[in-house]
Amino acid sequence: MSNPSATAKTVSTAPKQRKRRAPLAWLGRAFLILIGLYVLYVIVSNLIKDFSLFANIFTGGLQLGFVYALIALGYTMVYGIVRLINFAHGDVFMVGAFVSYYSVARFKLHLWPAAVIQGFPPVLSTLLGSITVILLSMVVCVLLAVTIERVAYKPLRDAPRIAALITAIGMSFFLEFFGALNFVFSPRFIPYERPFGVVAWFISKGIHLVVPGEEPPSDSVTFSNILLLIIAASIMVQLVLQFLVRRTKIGMAMRATSFDKPTARLMGIKVDRVISFTFAIGAAFAGLGGVLYAIAYSSIWTQLGILPGLKAFVAAVLGGIGSIPGALVGALIMGQAEALTMGYISTPMRDAVAFTILIVVLLVRPTGIFGEPEKEKA
Amino acid sequence: MKRLVVVLLVLLAVVAFQASAQKVIKVAILAPLSGPVPTFGVSTRDGALLAIEEWNAKGGVLGMKIQPIVEDSQCTPDPAVNAANKVIDQDKVHYIIGEVCSKASIPVSEIANAKGVIQISPTSTNPSVTVDAAGKAKPYIFRACFIDPFQGTVGAKFAIEKLKAKKAFIMLDQANDYVKGLAEFFEASFKKQGGTIVGKESYTATDTDFAAILAKIKTARPDVVYLPDYYNIVNLATKQAKEKGLQVPFMGGDGWDSSDLDLAASAGGYFTNHYSPEDPRPEVKNFVKAYGAKFQDDSGNAKVPDALATLAYDATNLMLQAIKEAGADDTKKVSATLAKIKFNGVSGKITFDASHNPVKSATILAVKPDGVKFEAVVNP
Repeated sequence: MSNPSATAKTVSTAPKQRKRRAPLAWLGRAFLILIGLYVLYVIVSNLIKDFSLFANIFTGGLQLGFVYALIALGYTMVYGIVRLINFAHGDVFMVGAFVSYYSVARFKLHLWPAAVIQGFPPVLSTLLGSITVILLSMVVCVLLAVTIERVAYKPLRDAPRIAALITAIGMSFFLEFFGALNFVFSPRFIPYERPFGVVAWFISKGIHLVVPGEEPPSDSVTFSNILLLIIAASIMVQLVLQFLVRRTKIGMAMRATSFDKPTARLMGIKVDRVISFTFAIGAAFAGLGGVLYAIAYSSIWTQLGILPGLKAFVAAVLGGIGSIPGALVGALIMGQAEALTMGYISTPMRDAVAFTILIVVLLVRPTGIFGEPEKEKA
Repeated sequence: MKRLVVVLLVLLAVVAFQASAQKVIKVAILAPLSGPVPTFGVSTRDGALLAIEEWNAKGGVLGMKIQPIVEDSQCTPDPAVNAANKVIDQDKVHYIIGEVCSKASIPVSEIANAKGVIQISPTSTNPSVTVDAAGKAKPYIFRACFIDPFQGTVGAKFAIEKLKAKKAFIMLDQANDYVKGLAEFFEASFKKQGGTIVGKESYTATDTDFAAILAKIKTARPDVVYLPDYYNIVNLATKQAKEKGLQVPFMGGDGWDSSDLDLAASAGGYFTNHYSPEDPRPEVKNFVKAYGAKFQDDSGNAKVPDALATLAYDATNLMLQAIKEAGADDTKKVSATLAKIKFNGVSGKITFDASHNPVKSATILAVKPDGVKFEAVVNP
């Protein structure tokens, strides 16, 4: 969230002194710059060499990136408000995926209009049903996150920050392994049943539908309705959030609380409510992300949220933790980095690259791309 | 008071002696009932339990009833090792049927061999299960199925001869011994028969996104894709391939054999397996009938046994037959008997070679949208 600028220009009478950085630091910087240039060179040369392969990999990266953006928003907002890295956020994402699975597979909720009203057009029924499934997952995630906040994080609000961090990690493990119990979600990999079918198109001299049984030409770029849905949902969420934070009263309250909590309290802002609201919004978007991820990758298990959660956290750090547009930008970069690694190096290396990015960001620019350094309280 | 205590103690001792006088032969079943491949575990357990039930109905073995002890080893090394230690040390078991997955069977075999416990793995196909690092057979470890070198070679032979494939693309999970072994042997055999490998990509067992690998497959245009992994990965990869419009046939190994295999997604694919329920031999027919009578699926229909149930059934029968022929509950004698045994199982005639691997034939099954159909038999 952006802070109102408050730096007054000071007139310094002392001569400006540049700190001389140790030569070793310059060596480190030069090394990183060289690596960056090499990566850029490899990307551009691959782009030129085989454009359609690059484009296919790029669309895969877009899909990942926009899903990570939904999760990263939760991390960044919660950090902005209570300075807590909510590691249980990835598991709220997982719960969203599971809720949608059960509502589709067990209760067939994605078809409820046609089941309730006779003669309802099937396409519209699937549309309404899917939206219901998504809303239900979001609601459940909101309830879960608010409960977690009240039970686990609120009592530790005045404790040292590490206590809350450890609690968050513990809550994350709890959700994963409690969910793995047989009477809850079961520890199996569950093949996910989609609420609506996948339709794919390929671009090759115009956009054509992929017909089952026919193979699109090898230099075409394929994309599916799931990719479009993910992009649309993510961008819509971004716009809604920007509007919320900038133009509404609760948004102003959120910004005030993140800037200076005690003073916000003195001004009459119900800080506890605002914090719960922040958790709720983050969780709603994580739930949405969970459903979309499950639709895209059609296999869910209780530890589904660990890696995407961690990568979304890296994305939030990369973009500047506390900054909402930063979360989107960071997530897109993470998604592309992962897809390009999968495509041009090897699939198992993608996690290594994702966390190397975290290390590099913390070394080079810990506040991230859009981040502001923590203000010193006078 | 003291006299009362003494009397009670004597009674207790008598009762304990009585209880220990009723001997049973305990057979442990290590199966992955949870984890990535639960259908494998359920089939294995059910096949083994059916065999034990049939033997118990005929009076057990050596006059003793057989008591099965089922443990969930999750197709993963750590839980399997814990389960093995528990059944050997706590339950004092001398005979283990298990595990299903090679990566779990290999550590279990080290423990069983060291403690003199006989282990017959029904379905682990990696050579290292029965053979140690020096190449010698582990005396107490056997298996009921063919091994990956044979399976991979059979797959390559089928691809070249029947599918007329000249270019193959291999997808493998580097961390899974079973998949890695099959991929290596397929590659070697495919190249030896004149084919070229146009791509070899690895992924991890928890991956759900195969978009990058499929994009590479699209560019490489192979005639066949070899994906010798378990059905949960195959379901995901073939589904995503179909969504991208890829029509290239996928091939795999016995890991595909599951009632949870997504037929629509993997239609057009083939896999090597240990048996087919459509085999006309009487042993197969009788077994299919008995299995269907005892086990029904969720809709109440008789279950058709898959290869895992069949091999577990054969492995258990092998074990009990060997105990009977050896005449004693002595693992040294039983293992010596097993090494020389001639056994007629549902999955074929089983005799063991020097590495404790059975010499038997393989079946090729084709996946069609309405089911898995018998395609061909390949003999060693």
